[in-house]
Amino acid sequence: MTETLLPEFDGCGSSGADQQIRPAFLLVYLLLGVAFGIVLTRSEVLSWFRIQEMFHFQSFRMYGIIGSAIATAAASRALIKAVGLNSVDGKPIATPRRPLGNGIQYAAGGTIFGVGWALTGACPGPLFALIGNGVSVMIVAVFSALAGTWAYGWLRPRLPH
Amino acid sequence: MTVWFFSEWPWYVAGPLIGLFVPALLLVGNKSFGISGNLRHLCSAILPGRLEFFRYDWKRTGLWNLVFLAGVLIGGFLASRFGAPHAINISSATVATLSHIGIHDFSGVAPHELFTWHALLSLRGFISVVAGGFLVGFGTQYAGGCTSGHAISGLANFELPSLIAVLGFFAGGLAATYLILPFVIGGL
Repeated sequence: MTETLLPEFDGCGSSGADQQIRPAFLLVYLLLGVAFGIVLTRSEVLSWFRIQEMFHFQSFRMYGIIGSAIATAAASRALIKAVGLNSVDGKPIATPRRPLGNGIQYAAGGTIFGVGWALTGACPGPLFALIGNGVSVMIVAVFSALAGTWAYGWLRPRLPH
Repeated sequence: MTVWFFSEWPWYVAGPLIGLFVPALLLVGNKSFGISGNLRHLCSAILPGRLEFFRYDWKRTGLWNLVFLAGVLIGGFLASRFGAPHAINISSATVATLSHIGIHDFSGVAPHELFTWHALLSLRGFISVVAGGFLVGFGTQYAGGCTSGHAISGLANFELPSLIAVLGFFAGGLAATYLILPFVIGGL
């Protein structure tokens, strides 16, 4: 087997422009995060019960939420492109795409995350929102997720990508 | 108005609101919406070791996202403070299914049988919190994204890698739901 080069990896949310951020903008990101935490709570997508309801196909709710979120995001992207809007700093909106490679990292990593999603009943955003909601034992889940992240960083050179 | 602020939102309100975070972050600073990159940034900040994966300027790349994440925690706190505490209104079919495998307390946002400090001492609580958390961390980094980065941001950008990842999310989630959880909850 020939040695394959690892594609340049951009973690979730780490892609995009990479310039220094002004403090005023950090406040905007903080407020957007607060809004997201409120939405995660009021939409109940952070609930283990809702995740189980979804995986048992016993309610349309989660599918409706995820589907309409994708549709809204896609329509917004199209609108931004059609109107030719720039970001606040005047740069054109970036549309970085992940390299496909042989796709193994997405299939394998996705499946591993899926098992964790069903067990904890939470993806990374909800883990933190749940701590805010008073489910304080999720602090342990976060540290465990950091251990999993570190384990991936350690094993990465030996994993197929 | 109070109904909207204090109780659960219908899917057609919650979904579009979640979707709007994609254009909001693009317009504010050309940022891709995605939470799980923060796990990498935190490792890079706390314990990068000699691992290449964590050796980058996390402040430059990820400070905005870590600040966003801090906001998520605060937002969860605020929403739970101002909202009236209520049980999650899941379908009666789900109540029946979960009762059957051994969940009987439906009063919280997550079942108290699994997600309390006391339950952490039981094998089923340990597997749910510690093993589950570990797989969330490992899987999102291997896949390069989570529900926000792949399912919402990636699919909205029509990326094939994200479609593969999301199919994986559901394959893994369904396998765990039908093959692992009944034993974890009922048998341990």
